[in-house]
Amino acid sequence: MTTLNSRVPEGPIKDKWTTYKENVNLVNPANKRNIDIIVVGTGLAGGSAAASLAELGYNVKAFAYQDSPRRAHSIAAQGGINAAKNYQNDGDSNYRLFYDTVKGGDYRSREANVFRLAEVSGAIIDQCVAQGVPFARDYGGLLDNRSFGGVLVSRTFYAKGQTGQQLLLGCYAAMNRQIARGKIEMFNRHEMLDVVKVDGKARGIIARDLVTGEIERHSAHAVVIATGGYGNVYFLSTNAMGSNATAAWKVHKKGAFFANPCMTQIHPTCIPRSGDYQSKLTLMSESLRNDGRIWVPAKIEDAKAIQEGRLKPTELAEEDRDYYLERRYPAYGNLVPRDVASRAAKERCDAGFGVNATGEAVYLDFASAIYRYGSEQAKIKGMDNASKEEIIKLGEGVIEAKYGNLFQMYEKIIDENPYKTPMMIYPATHYTMGGVWVDYNLMTTVPGLYCIGEANFSDHGANRLGASALMQGLADGYFVLPYTIGDYLADDIRTGKISTDSKEFDAAEKEIKDKLEFFINNKGTHSVDYYHKKLGLVMWNKVGMARNEKHLKEAIKEIKEIREDFWKNVKVPGDLNELNPELEKAGRVADFLELGELFAKDALERNESCGGHFREEYVTEDGEALRDDKNFAYVAAWEYTGKPSEAILHKEQLEFKDIELKTRSYK
Amino acid sequence: MNLTLKIWRQKGPQEKGQMVEYKVTDISEHMSFLEMMDVLNESLVEKNEIPIAFDHDCREGICGMCSLHINGEPHGPDRGITTCQLHMRTFKDGDTIYIEPWRAKAFPVIKDLIVDRMAFERIQQAGGYISVNTSGNTQDANAIPIPKLDADLSMDAAACIGCGACVASCKNSSAMLFVSAKVSQFALLPQGKIEAADRVRNMVKQMDDEGFGNCTNTGACEVECPKGISLENIARMNREYLKASII
Amino acid sequence: MSGFISSSIARKVAMALSALFLIIFLIIHLAVNLTSLFSEDLFNELSHFMGTNPLIQFAMQPVLIFGVVFHFVMGFVLELRNKRARNVKYAKFNGAASASWMSRNMVFSGAAILAFIVLHFIDFWIPEINTKYVLGDMSGVLPGQEGYRYFEELQHKFFPIWRVAAYVVAFIFLGLHLAHGFQSAFQSIGFNNKYTKCVKNLGVIYSIVIPLGFIIIALYHHFNH
Repeated sequence: MTTLNSRVPEGPIKDKWTTYKENVNLVNPANKRNIDIIVVGTGLAGGSAAASLAELGYNVKAFAYQDSPRRAHSIAAQGGINAAKNYQNDGDSNYRLFYDTVKGGDYRSREANVFRLAEVSGAIIDQCVAQGVPFARDYGGLLDNRSFGGVLVSRTFYAKGQTGQQLLLGCYAAMNRQIARGKIEMFNRHEMLDVVKVDGKARGIIARDLVTGEIERHSAHAVVIATGGYGNVYFLSTNAMGSNATAAWKVHKKGAFFANPCMTQIHPTCIPRSGDYQSKLTLMSESLRNDGRIWVPAKIEDAKAIQEGRLKPTELAEEDRDYYLERRYPAYGNLVPRDVASRAAKERCDAGFGVNATGEAVYLDFASAIYRYGSEQAKIKGMDNASKEEIIKLGEGVIEAKYGNLFQMYEKIIDENPYKTPMMIYPATHYTMGGVWVDYNLMTTVPGLYCIGEANFSDHGANRLGASALMQGLADGYFVLPYTIGDYLADDIRTGKISTDSKEFDAAEKEIKDKLEFFINNKGTHSVDYYHKKLGLVMWNKVGMARNEKHLKEAIKEIKEIREDFWKNVKVPGDLNELNPELEKAGRVADFLELGELFAKDALERNESCGGHFREEYVTEDGEALRDDKNFAYVAAWEYTGKPSEAILHKEQLEFKDIELKTRSYK
Repeated sequence: MNLTLKIWRQKGPQEKGQMVEYKVTDISEHMSFLEMMDVLNESLVEKNEIPIAFDHDCREGICGMCSLHINGEPHGPDRGITTCQLHMRTFKDGDTIYIEPWRAKAFPVIKDLIVDRMAFERIQQAGGYISVNTSGNTQDANAIPIPKLDADLSMDAAACIGCGACVASCKNSSAMLFVSAKVSQFALLPQGKIEAADRVRNMVKQMDDEGFGNCTNTGACEVECPKGISLENIARMNREYLKASII
Repeated sequence: MSGFISSSIARKVAMALSALFLIIFLIIHLAVNLTSLFSEDLFNELSHFMGTNPLIQFAMQPVLIFGVVFHFVMGFVLELRNKRARNVKYAKFNGAASASWMSRNMVFSGAAILAFIVLHFIDFWIPEINTKYVLGDMSGVLPGQEGYRYFEELQHKFFPIWRVAAYVVAFIFLGLHLAHGFQSAFQSIGFNNKYTKCVKNLGVIYSIVIPLGFIIIALYHHFNH
């Protein structure tokens, strides 16, 4: 085991980034024209990085598996983006955003990175507004903010319920400008299948043209991975169907350490599962918790009756309801961080209080918010003797203005009117805090290989706060990577074009082709989805919201068995040289089957409960997560040595100089 | 429920395609349309047949990838949704459902139900942006107040997901709604006004070059648009274009 | 500017402007014809004025003819181009689900109107031109008779029932054409704002009143012969 060098600059935390920028090596504009950079993934992180690097003058090649960069899954983020602008004058500051993020992450993130994130957060909003992102505004024409779970200020900027979409379209527009100028060469419907290392440095990738099936070699002076998280290891998640860990996993196998894989966020407000055919889960913005109250029946017999459809939630009297978040966490109530809210829902459902046929759902009730807003509106409109119906009607109008699209989405899926009957929600895998290990420069343990956005492990520790993913993706892509990558590339100005005619490219291409041919020729018995679903079930049941040693050991064994079976019996129809979605899936699931094992291994090794990682053995007397700062205040970075089971653990000790380590309490 | 599906199969861009009939049984009304397609594909893989290729990704109605023409309408008979949000409860037991790709010369079929929408990309690249350096050294976000109404209208236009249903629904295969949404989003904001004239001219030129048809104001696009993009945007683009070309 | 003229939007605007011009023409035409219902003399006077005034004959008439021809030619050209924009047809296309019959079939209602205009030219315009400019008779009076000939000719034309029927059918198509065309013309020139509802209502009224007016005239003269 070695100690990892995180390359955090010296000096007080407030000056680190400034000092760094002042001393960093630069590449002059004429030389930038001779340097190529590959960016894989075109979500918020990859898209903003590609646009910024091209703007600086580098030659960028960008890759997306969809038919357009605009379709990356960043687009699905609903709620908003945090920035320490303090426009509301409610006491916000860079330090407070930094503090909230480290605390929310349960003290498992790197202080210097998080402070830098808070520092550049304001510039993101400036940048996006300049790009024409239509953020919500108040009647004075200034930007509006809302509050989000886990914090005490309103610092979240939003564009209706489509903030991720609007920010991504901003990036996409910036990319289009560079594509039109010829500075970005865009490869749509291409999937990266491996990274190529030459003399120990990342010098290119092998990609497959998903339309023709052709295997292509692309070289560059540096490679940036921005391919998002690995939530689909659970099969059912709120990720897009195509979201995958292949790029991240392939670079891991080529030497990049993989950090904290067990830290995965289960989002509390998703639409519950309805049957075995379910292909994915749909998330509803956490902002709903601002106005919705979460409850289950207080009595088990009522819960049974509801599960069997004999009782309607609206028929249940106020005293027969258990608003368990308000009961357990009076200070934050329904606005506790995501991990806490998710586990509390699971706890109630495991105890038998779930409210749908599967017993895996809790209510999110807007009745009191509707009444509160309605009364307020009645007062504004001078309706002194408004009837209850009138008040409810007015209140529903306010709720519709705030969450109309979410309510409509819910109604389309569940076929129930959430204005009249409480919504049903249940937690689902949503975001992965873990990922490829990177240093302060966002460089992995492979020189010249960078990893940004959700794909890296960096800023969110063991739990991510709402509206922070968009912030991190854009911070990395617009404002951090463009600086840090220059420091590395400054040594490459005399290298010249990297040839793809080398034994390293030959070897990487051959390996990929062999594997793809294997899939097509295997003619097994089970489809790819069969294995993916099996893996997902093991992950959810044994490496899900609450974990224990016994289950984790079983999971490791079972995943190995599924993987062995997969390599014997998987069936992939179709041909190599054509558009073949089954073949695409096969490669992705093969990687998930390895990642899943490392995930469980990491969870087993971390003998504490923190953030998204909850071990049933490590709890306080009243059942709350018990963190162990003495033994586990480190980042677990795994080195691949041929098999996930034989991965070697490297620790990056986390130092907290600017924040006192405290038990995270939302009571 | 049991259904008969008539689905367009086409092996590649150059091959000839045809409608092929499939039967599916025991479909739950709670399934989404694409989950029904998953079930069908799973059964095809089982029978060693080639599954049906269709575009999809987020499955929550925002990425704009899914693009099926169902029973004569893009994204099916329901309103305000994408194909992935369509649920089987919209259909009845015994129904015959036609499933086809978007049809337009500018959207050639790649395989089965997947079409090539690069024309949209090229239109966006022709001017669908504000030329601002991504340096972060722009002025403060609150430096220019923007009237709430303009900001809201701009947001409504920006809600376009670029799926192409407007083209698919239009009897003329016109892309005016798509192009006008982007033109409008920027034309409504002060930061977008500076390049407004060049933007609308370049984007319209690219749109014409791609071979989309001419708008005849039937309004089908607005009805079929999963995001409810308004025809007002087309009128606004017409104005912007006239202003940019004549004045 | 050259790019502008060949652009799709310029074509669309040209269609709209010629349409708006024809919409105004229809109002004048109907107004003149309506006088035949209550005053033979007034109708004759107006007809003679329209038929012999040089400004109308040599300035307005060519513009009108150009407008009509342009609107038709452009309409058919655009229809052909639009057809070509979808080279493979849908096996099933439910156009009625999202757009009105009128808006989807402008080319057919247009073709019906074109057929009518041919008949109308044969009936009125060609004989007029023949009389005035070929035979050189600008008097507006039939040989051996007193007073202008216009009213009598009008009544005479509407004697055969087949012609009345043809006119009525054509006017129904005109109504259908206008039902979409009126508000569509405004949309095309970029007029879509808080007054749009008003424009749409006006369009409905216009597309009913104008054809109905012409139909009444045809029927009146048929039955009062």
